Amino acid sequence: MSRIKTVFDRLSSQNRRALIPFFTAGDPSLALTVPLMHAVTEAGADVIELGVPFSDPMADGPVIQRASERALKNHMTLKGVLEMVAEFRKKNAITPVVLMGYGNPIEAMGWEAFAKRCEEVGVDGALTVDFPPEESHDAFLHLQRHGIDPIFLLAPTTDEARIEKVAKLARGYVYYVSLKGVTGSGNLDLSDVERKIPELRRHIKLPIGVGFGIRDAKTAQAIAKLCDGVVVGSRIVQEIEASNEQNVVRNVSALISELRQAIDQS
Amino acid sequence: MYDYPDSTGHFGPYGGIYMAETLIPAVEELRVQYLRYQNDPDFKAEFAYELKHYVGRPSPIYHAKNWSDKLGGAQIYLKREDLNHTGAHKINNAIGQALLARRMGKKRVIAETGAGMHGVATATVAARYGMECVVYMGAEDVQRQAPNVYRMKLLGAKVVPVESGSRTLKDACNEAIRDWVTNVESTFYIFGTAAGPHPYPMMVRDFQCVIGNEAKVQMPEMIGRQPDAVIACVGGGSNAIGLFHPYIEEESVQIIGVEAGGHGIKSGSHAAPLTSNSKVGVLHGNKVYLMQDEDGQIIETHSISAGLDYPGVGPEHCWLKDIGRAQYVAIDDEEAMKAFHDLCRFEGIIPALESSHALAHAAKIAPSMGRDKVLLVNLSGRGDKDINTVARLSGISL
Ligand SMILES: Cc1ncc(COP(=O)(O)O)c(C=O)c1O
Repeated sequence: MSRIKTVFDRLSSQNRRALIPFFTAGDPSLALTVPLMHAVTEAGADVIELGVPFSDPMADGPVIQRASERALKNHMTLKGVLEMVAEFRKKNAITPVVLMGYGNPIEAMGWEAFAKRCEEVGVDGALTVDFPPEESHDAFLHLQRHGIDPIFLLAPTTDEARIEKVAKLARGYVYYVSLKGVTGSGNLDLSDVERKIPELRRHIKLPIGVGFGIRDAKTAQAIAKLCDGVVVGSRIVQEIEASNEQNVVRNVSALISELRQAIDQS
Repeated sequence: MYDYPDSTGHFGPYGGIYMAETLIPAVEELRVQYLRYQNDPDFKAEFAYELKHYVGRPSPIYHAKNWSDKLGGAQIYLKREDLNHTGAHKINNAIGQALLARRMGKKRVIAETGAGMHGVATATVAARYGMECVVYMGAEDVQRQAPNVYRMKLLGAKVVPVESGSRTLKDACNEAIRDWVTNVESTFYIFGTAAGPHPYPMMVRDFQCVIGNEAKVQMPEMIGRQPDAVIACVGGGSNAIGLFHPYIEEESVQIIGVEAGGHGIKSGSHAAPLTSNSKVGVLHGNKVYLMQDEDGQIIETHSISAGLDYPGVGPEHCWLKDIGRAQYVAIDDEEAMKAFHDLCRFEGIIPALESSHALAHAAKIAPSMGRDKVLLVNLSGRGDKDINTVARLSGISL
C-alpha cells in the first residue's frame, strides 16, 4: 500500500488531520534540506511537499519565488532533489514525500526517467502546477507505471464537470487551492473554502488537502476542521528566510510543532 | 489542407493549455467566447471599422527601391505596419482582444510588454474603450524603452516594472500571469504575441492575419504577382504569423522567420530557440522550442531588441519549422544595426530594432538573387522608441 494512503488511513482512524509542510529543496542550502525534512517529521509533519525550484515560478508569490532563486543559486537540480529523497529514506521509510513544482524540469529529464527514479528513491507523489489534466496523459502513464501518485490541484474557479474529471485521474490526495491568487497571498476566505469542500466531496473520494495563504496556527486550525490535510508553504519558507544556518532547523521545528498542536485541537 | 490548431489547441505536438488550475476555466471561457464571436457579423464589422478608421488600415506596401538598388539583387518591398496608429502591428491584436473583452464584460485589462509596443497598444485601446489598464514590463526594458513607458502613462495605464529573474519580457509574462490568477474574474489578459495557452496562439494569429491578407491583395496590384519570399522577425511570432499564415498554401512563396541572433548563435547569448535547435519545453502555457539548460531551467536570453528578447516562440512557428513549410534563421545585433541605419539613410524610414532583423536578412540574401525576384519584408514597427538604444551604441547620449 502506498505511504500516502497509509498515512491518511491512520489519521482518519484517529480522527486527525494531516499537516503537510512545503519548502523548497536547496533552500537555504543543499546541506540543510535533508535535516529539515527529518526535523519537520519529528515535529509532527505527516507528508512533506518538497519544492523543486524553477526559474519561472508563475504560480508563486514573492516568498517562494525568492526560495526558488536561492535554491537555483545553490545549483539545486531535479536530479539533486531526487538524491536528497534517497538520503532522507535511509532514515525514514514511512513519511510520504511529494515533489511539487513546474513541469519543465521533468520534461527535460523525461517523464519515464523521472518516474523510474522517483520509484527507486522513494518519492510517493508528484504535483506539477502547470500541467492540468488535459496535458497530463503522458505524465500520468509514466507515473502510474512506477506507482507514483499524480497529485492534482483544484481551485475556487474549478466547476463541477472539471472536479469530476480530476476525480477520475487523481491518486493519493487532492490539493485544493484555497484562494484565487499566488502562493502566500493574504486573501484567504474561510467561508469560501467551507462552501467549496462539500462540492468537492461529492466527487472526490480521496483525502482533500487545502493550501495557499495559510499563514498562522489559527487559520490552520480553522482549515483543519474542513478537510483532511493542511498545507503550509510560504509561512515555512518565510521562517527559513528569516533564520540563519545555525537556527533554521530549530526555528522551523518550533513552527511545525505549533501548527501541529493547533491542528490537533481542531 | 493546413488546418491548425486542432480542437485542443495543438499544432502537432506544440501548444496546449499548460496553466495552473485556477486559470484553466478562464482560458476555456476565452476559447468559447472567441469561437462565438469569431464569425459574428457585428464583431467582424466592428473590428474592420476600427482597423480602418482608428488604426488607418490597410497599411501600404512600399518598394524600397534605393536600398534594393544599392544591394544590387532582389527587390525589397516593405509591408508598412510601422504606419499603423501607435506605430506597430501590435495594435491589430490589441483591438481584437479589447473588443472581445468588452463583450465578455471585463472592465480591467492587463498586458505584458517587452519593447513597449504591445503595452502602448493595450494602453491605447484601454483609453479608447474606457477600461482600467495595468502593463507589466521587465525593469531592464523599462530602462531601454523609456519613451514607451511614458507613452503608456500618458494614455492612463499603470506600468509595473518587474524586478524578478532576467528583468525582461519573460519575467513580465510571469508577473502578468500572477495578476491574472489573482483577478481572474474582473480581468482580461490581452496577451501580446502568438504564444501562450490556447486559444491565444490561434486568436492572436487570426487578428494579425489582416497583414498577410492585405498583402496578398496588394502585391498582385503592385507587381502582378505574389512575392518570392515573405520575411518577418520572430519574437513570440505574432507579426510573422500574421504575414505568413495567409501564404502557407501559396506554395511558390518561400516563408522565412528571422530570430534574434544576439551576440551570435555560437556565443549562446541570443534569443533564437528555433535556429539554435533548442529542446522542446513548457513555459507560459504552451509547449514549444525553448531555450533552457540541461535541468530544464529557462536560460537568460540576449538581444539588442527588447521585443525579440524571449526564450520561447509561438507553437505554430515550431510546427511550421518541423513540417518544413517555413525556414528560420538568425540575425545578430550588429547585422540588425546595420540594416537599421541603412533603412534610415537610403529610404528615410526609421525601423524598429525588431523589424531591423527581418530587414537585415533580406539584405543578406537579396544580392545573390536576380533583380526580378521580390522579397516582401514585414516592417512590423517604427523605431522612434529605439533611438536611445541606438544612440548609446554609437556613443552618443541624448
Ligand atoms: C515592432 C515589433 N516587431 C516585432 C515584435 C516581436 O513580437 P512578435 O514576434 O510577436 O511580432 C515586437 C514586440 O515587441 C515589436 O514591437
